[in-house]
Amino acid sequence: MDPGSAAGSGGTFLSLSDSEQRCYSGLYALCQPDSLGNPAAGKVADLFRASQLPAETLHQVTEVCGAKRLGFFGCGQLYVALKLMAAAQAGLPVRLESITGELPLPVFVGITNELEMRYANHPSANESQPHILGSGPGSAPRPPADRPVPRHPDTSMDKQEAWSPPRSPGVSPPRSPSAYRNYPYAAQRNGTDTLLAYDGKVPSRPSVPQENSSPSHYSLKPQPEPPVITRAGSVERLVERAEADYSDDPWRITEEQREYYTIQFRSLQPDLSALIVGTVAKNFFTKSKLPIPELSHIWELSDVDKDGALTFPEFCTAFHLIVARKNGFLLPETLPATLRPGFVEPGVVTAPPSEATQPLIVFDDNMRPGANQLEMCSSGLQMTSRPGVTAKQDTRDESRKPEFSPKRIPDLHEKPIQRVSTLKPDSPQELDANMKSRTRPRSYSSTSIDDAMKKVEEPPTPPPRPQKTHSRASSLDLNKLFQQSSQGGKSVWLPPPPALPPRPPAAQIFSFMPGSEKSSQKAVHQPNFADFSKFSEEQETIVTAALSTEDLAPKSDSTVVQQGHAPQKPVRRKLHPESLSATPPLTTPYSAATMTKPTQRPPPKQKREIQMAIRKNRETNAVLTRLNSELQQQLKVVHRERVTLESQLELLRPVAST
Amino acid sequence: MAVCIAVIAKENYPLYIRSVPTQGELKFHYTVHTSLDVVEEKISGVGKALADQRELYLGLLYPTEDYKVYGYVTNSKVKFVIVVDSSNASLRDNEIRSMFRKLHNSFTDVMCNPFYNPGDPIQSKSVFFCAHTLSIFYVTIH
Repeated sequence: MDPGSAAGSGGTFLSLSDSEQRCYSGLYALCQPDSLGNPAAGKVADLFRASQLPAETLHQVTEVCGAKRLGFFGCGQLYVALKLMAAAQAGLPVRLESITGELPLPVFVGITNELEMRYANHPSANESQPHILGSGPGSAPRPPADRPVPRHPDTSMDKQEAWSPPRSPGVSPPRSPSAYRNYPYAAQRNGTDTLLAYDGKVPSRPSVPQENSSPSHYSLKPQPEPPVITRAGSVERLVERAEADYSDDPWRITEEQREYYTIQFRSLQPDLSALIVGTVAKNFFTKSKLPIPELSHIWELSDVDKDGALTFPEFCTAFHLIVARKNGFLLPETLPATLRPGFVEPGVVTAPPSEATQPLIVFDDNMRPGANQLEMCSSGLQMTSRPGVTAKQDTRDESRKPEFSPKRIPDLHEKPIQRVSTLKPDSPQELDANMKSRTRPRSYSSTSIDDAMKKVEEPPTPPPRPQKTHSRASSLDLNKLFQQSSQGGKSVWLPPPPALPPRPPAAQIFSFMPGSEKSSQKAVHQPNFADFSKFSEEQETIVTAALSTEDLAPKSDSTVVQQGHAPQKPVRRKLHPESLSATPPLTTPYSAATMTKPTQRPPPKQKREIQMAIRKNRETNAVLTRLNSELQQQLKVVHRERVTLESQLELLRPVAST
Repeated sequence: MAVCIAVIAKENYPLYIRSVPTQGELKFHYTVHTSLDVVEEKISGVGKALADQRELYLGLLYPTEDYKVYGYVTNSKVKFVIVVDSSNASLRDNEIRSMFRKLHNSFTDVMCNPFYNPGDPIQSKSVFFCAHTLSIFYVTIH
């Protein structure tokens, strides 16, 4: 529960400005709230004394804020009391009416509260800045952004496991903005500098057992004070030096912060140029105990390329936003310029900005590092995170390419990686994983789906074709031949051709194999014979490869062939009239275009390529059919289970109704 | 100009509904609800089980005298419904398609957020989604 709202709900209408809210929540944390969220009475008394108000004023304050009624100081009461004290210090009477307006922050003497100083110097604080007489080091006003700076090195030393609940005595699971501040204050009392509250460990207790800590995402050593103190000294120097460079910009990442973020990134993902997948990042950031909607908002701001994963700069942005939020800064609606991934600080070199600077140039280069990153860490997750999106994405991307090009320019600065991947003119198969994870398939309009479908079907369809040839003749014979050919030599291939002459259409189809579609059937025949010697060699390898990959007996091959029968027959019939009419079948959806050329092209290189493609496609086809059958079986099993469960339910139902 | 945009989950409960004239919201909610029947009919009408055989863009679901309702369904059976004012002289089909495309893009952006659980209503905190949908209301051509 937000202490600010608690104050509001505490019975008094209390409006707090931002700086007031922060100051008060800081002070509230200073008072070491116990498990119920009530500040410790002793600490509250200290605070009252520090305000240097006369005793009777303090009594009045206590009475007005309702603590007297309650008998203790609740969170809301404390807030009201603080504001009343501010009013009193400003000379106003201690009344509820006087605190409804804007007041300067209350002054507390002797409280080592750098937090107040920082809040006092918050850039948005327009009201008069009180003179906070904190005794913190460097009493000159420091920009709030510096606050995270000294914390990181310290926490890097003594941070424990992840953001486990604070372990100081009597502190409940943290309330969102304020709980972490316990540690800073506790630390201050020890004289060390303030800490970031990511750790649950108070630096003054190096020996606190760590049973409660969750598994560490921080690769840091758990140790505490001596390094902290030594670091504190150096940190102060850094801070003071950084002061000179800094404007009051909480959204700028300092070098120390960046180092810290780098360490964190490495703990999640050793490669700095790789991506952190969404769920890993989610678990990590959830430990910060920020509410989920805020984390969601932070994610939206920082994941600029909208790929569901964080690159290193995006991670830094997200981390920085979380730090800022924990320190009380409200999240911006849009990403500040200094936090954009393209924002290059001197000396900071990251991969995405470089890609951003070469948007239209050499997509291949851009794609490869991106591809590597993806394949390394995110492909698996991305596949699961997009259950509904199948390989059709790739084809749609293909089809979307021409439509996407006008978008290229406006999107230039926003999504270089994404654009790159969508514009890459590769075959759909090659970039399967990459396309799926990197590209946002923007082509949901189905106008071109049919074309895309046809494109997808182009590669797989050629494999069945050769089977057609022997399907007519005698598929089983040829399967045996495959077997034999795998054992024997190419002489085995000679029998089939003699069987073919009686069937001109089959021969015609055979002519497809050398990669040509001929007008005259007989003319085809001769070159076929000539070509078969070459083809047989490769066919053997194809077959052996196919057989070995399938791990099945030739039966499966025949089943594949058989399965290939039904879909192939219509195509075959299509081919016949076309071949007979001596027109190249370029118009068929199963475009022989990829496999055949309009005119006969003897060059063996092209044939070999085609044949290799045939082999590959046949393999994929076999794998897919096997997968299909397995899935069908699983479906049957699941269906059976469902039926049994339903029957059980039916049995139980009459029992339950009685 | 679109007057109402709705995102409906697979189980046919709304994830996000926004209408421009905030009066008469109830009427649009009702319209969207009834349009779901038409959507179901269209997507089940395709006999084949293969999703890729089905178009994502469903087209005009039904017209009334005041407005027209267009539908779009994703592969994961999330439905988008856009209600368009009839007085707007013949919004071209392409424009409607582009609106759906933008909507789908914004939706996938929301989906990519690991903090978003699929099936949750899309909070107004998802600023970009809201911003993009609002842009659909006011800009029909991208």
